[in-house]
Amino acid sequence: MRLTEIRLAGFGGQGVILSAIVLGKAASIYQGAFATMTQSFGPEARGGACSAQLIVSESQTLYPYVSQPDILVVMSQEAYSKFAPELKDGGMLIVEQDLVHLENINAEVKVYSVPATRLAEDLGKRMVLNIVMVGFFTAVTELLEPDAVRKAVADSVPERFRELNLKAFEKGYEYGIQALSAGPLAGEAEPQMAFSEE
Amino acid sequence: MKADPKGVLTGTHFIDGDHACCEGALAAGARFSAGYPITPSTEIVERFAARVPLVGGTFIQMEDELAASITLQGAVWGGAKAFTVTSGPGFSLMMEHIGYAAMTETPCVFVDVQRGGPSTGLPTLPAQADMMQARWGSHGDYEVIALCPNSPQECFDLTIKAFNFAEEFRVPVMFMMDEVVGHMTEKVVIPPADRIEVTPRKHTRKSAEEYLPYGTNGDLVPEMAHAGEGYKFHMTGLTHDERGYPNMTPQTQDKLVRRLQNKIRDAADRIMIAEEEGIGGADVIVVSYGITSRVAQKGIDMARARGLKVGKFRMITCWPFPEKRIRELAEKAKAFVVPELNLGQMVREVERAAGGKARTIAVSHAGGSVHRPEEILNAILEATR
Amino acid sequence: MSELVNPVERFLRTDRMPHIWCPGCGIGTTVNCFARALIDSGIDLQSLALVSGIGCTGRVAGYVKLDSFHTTHGRAIPFATGLKLANPKLNVVVYSGDGDLSAIGGNHLIHAARRNIDLKVICVNNLIYAMTGGQTAPTTPGHAITATSPYGAFEPSFNLPHLLEAAGAVYVARWTTFHVRQLARSIGEAFQKKGFSFIEVISPCPTLYQRRNQLGDGLDTMKYYKEASKVRNGSPTSEAGLTMTGEIVVGKFVDRERPDYQTMMTAQMTESLGERYIRPEMEHEEEGCGVCG
Repeated sequence: MRLTEIRLAGFGGQGVILSAIVLGKAASIYQGAFATMTQSFGPEARGGACSAQLIVSESQTLYPYVSQPDILVVMSQEAYSKFAPELKDGGMLIVEQDLVHLENINAEVKVYSVPATRLAEDLGKRMVLNIVMVGFFTAVTELLEPDAVRKAVADSVPERFRELNLKAFEKGYEYGIQALSAGPLAGEAEPQMAFSEE
Repeated sequence: MKADPKGVLTGTHFIDGDHACCEGALAAGARFSAGYPITPSTEIVERFAARVPLVGGTFIQMEDELAASITLQGAVWGGAKAFTVTSGPGFSLMMEHIGYAAMTETPCVFVDVQRGGPSTGLPTLPAQADMMQARWGSHGDYEVIALCPNSPQECFDLTIKAFNFAEEFRVPVMFMMDEVVGHMTEKVVIPPADRIEVTPRKHTRKSAEEYLPYGTNGDLVPEMAHAGEGYKFHMTGLTHDERGYPNMTPQTQDKLVRRLQNKIRDAADRIMIAEEEGIGGADVIVVSYGITSRVAQKGIDMARARGLKVGKFRMITCWPFPEKRIRELAEKAKAFVVPELNLGQMVREVERAAGGKARTIAVSHAGGSVHRPEEILNAILEATR
Repeated sequence: MSELVNPVERFLRTDRMPHIWCPGCGIGTTVNCFARALIDSGIDLQSLALVSGIGCTGRVAGYVKLDSFHTTHGRAIPFATGLKLANPKLNVVVYSGDGDLSAIGGNHLIHAARRNIDLKVICVNNLIYAMTGGQTAPTTPGHAITATSPYGAFEPSFNLPHLLEAAGAVYVARWTTFHVRQLARSIGEAFQKKGFSFIEVISPCPTLYQRRNQLGDGLDTMKYYKEASKVRNGSPTSEAGLTMTGEIVVGKFVDRERPDYQTMMTAQMTESLGERYIRPEMEHEEEGCGVCG
């Protein structure tokens, strides 16, 4: 696993931090690599901007912060506006389809989109959207072994929600496998009107 | 002795430095904490409050840090291993009781998860600007031990070490984390209890008639008794004699304060923990600690890629300062580069120990983030010029 | 007569005599009453720990032959809190002055009463900071001359029984150093209570308070205490405020039951955790000590 810098961002209450913990745990505990996760803290517990930075690597990570992410996962428009410009050329952008309106996409960026909230609602619990996102991430990035992530999901949620979260993972993962075979959106696939700065 | 298995959460975890510090304290046998909430340290006592009722101990949230920092000492004299955790503003309030712990030789641990200051400063962002305060913050002459972890794993391992030093030397130990290490999540391996060595309290075996609370037997560290055991001893923050009685004469003061100093200074070699790498033949040695040591490593790697001979000296024990080793290294290297998240604290010690034998270059940072590795590279380049 | 030795002597560190207190000072009298209460209550001395703060009364810790802790200024109560919580079998007495307990330590005083920590607090109130030379305290009555109120004190003062009742103490009494029997009895009663007990003792400081305010010497003060004191057990604490030369309401004001901190902690933890809860005192009963090896 080469050193990969990942940023996950959204608003408070979406489970952004937990999704980063699951991915980091998969890499460092179940796959024998190294992972370092840091998070930005806002004063708001809910609704404010929330972001986690995750670095996974074959060797121990030194510098703990992400400067130019290889992979950006965004689950809110605010997070998209704030972090999309940082994304590395050739990097991957993963978005929550219904919450993020794509605009001014760098043509070098590979875009994958998933209606994670809707898929979670199909399972009866909107709160598992983060684990749907984790499943989707696992499929389209091919960075982590799916079984390692499954174990990390099972290990990171309360026992009574384990089955639900594992279902959420599979739902996102299957959606991701299809998206991967369809190829990235690459900006032009879903043309959007650019909003004026006014 | 071996750790009490009840407190040891053996296994592989993906947790942050704050949580790992709490697990280290539990593994070391801490069964009491008094705290007051302050970012970015609170997670340590939040976890302790959740965990300690399951292992036979007490957490109490006090009305302020003045209370927290003395309540824990009452608990120590009641027979517990105890600690408190805080950050800059709370650390400032605790200073009097760090001096009290030093004077009364109360073994305990103060955790400071450093954030940007002065005053309220940057509650959620890192700094390393309490390093001098950790050493000199309370009034009068005294010595403490201070350790600086750079990862969640070390937050676990070195918290145990901090408790062990506290017991061995009957001294308050400062555990100097920073916001990044405290909030950074990584893999933490907690070994089985029978592989964790815990230093027992230096409890007296003497009878009440023979026991001298502050008498020593060669090693400068007196034996301790707890309340309720029949020793009927007295303890005071006033200058005291071997009986623990106030005795305010220059002679008693000299004897007591020098012993408090020498019990640490004489054992400095044993207390010193450092990580050295690539020191032999190095022109420049980067001296760092805490989170900055990880950024420094990246700067060192960049410099080595350019063919420069750069060594790494990471202080894990920051107090007592490793002056003997720095003095030796100053004979060999041309320069020291000292990055830290403050405007120049430990660099003064490096400069003092180097005694003009090697240049000392500070890479200061006002806090709020960590250095960019390029800043450290540039300082190394400057040092080789 | 077989009592050639003062019965109080076995409670004192005679190797530390003479003490530092001035002639006419009331602190020694309170220590006598304390010792008398220990004799009368038959309390196990080994289980007894005494914690003081800083000041003239703070020196009590240094003179009693008990496990005794002379702590920092204002912090006797939080230290005692840690001692009691770490070893619930201890009987912990806090013995300190009005400035130490109600000014610099005032926040700890009200919070310990609110939590109902099982501590017996004896507050010797000489209405002044004595050890530092007679400065104004939160208890100094209006118009009194002190080193820092040379033209007379004008801040309203604390009515300590009223404060402690409001904060939650289960036992609140006030006596003067004239009322030696009543004081000893009150201390004995406090030992029977589980929870935060507070006994205020109005005590002369002839050197600094009485002299500066032309209130005579120690003996004159005893006469004043005798004449001006009105025993009103159960009197509303709101009516127990003090003035410089007026009436002194004394008596047992509050004697009520409230679960103490450790009882509440055990109940709550047991409710939430059931058998998974390990009480700290159970650790003490185990073989081998987790701290000392």
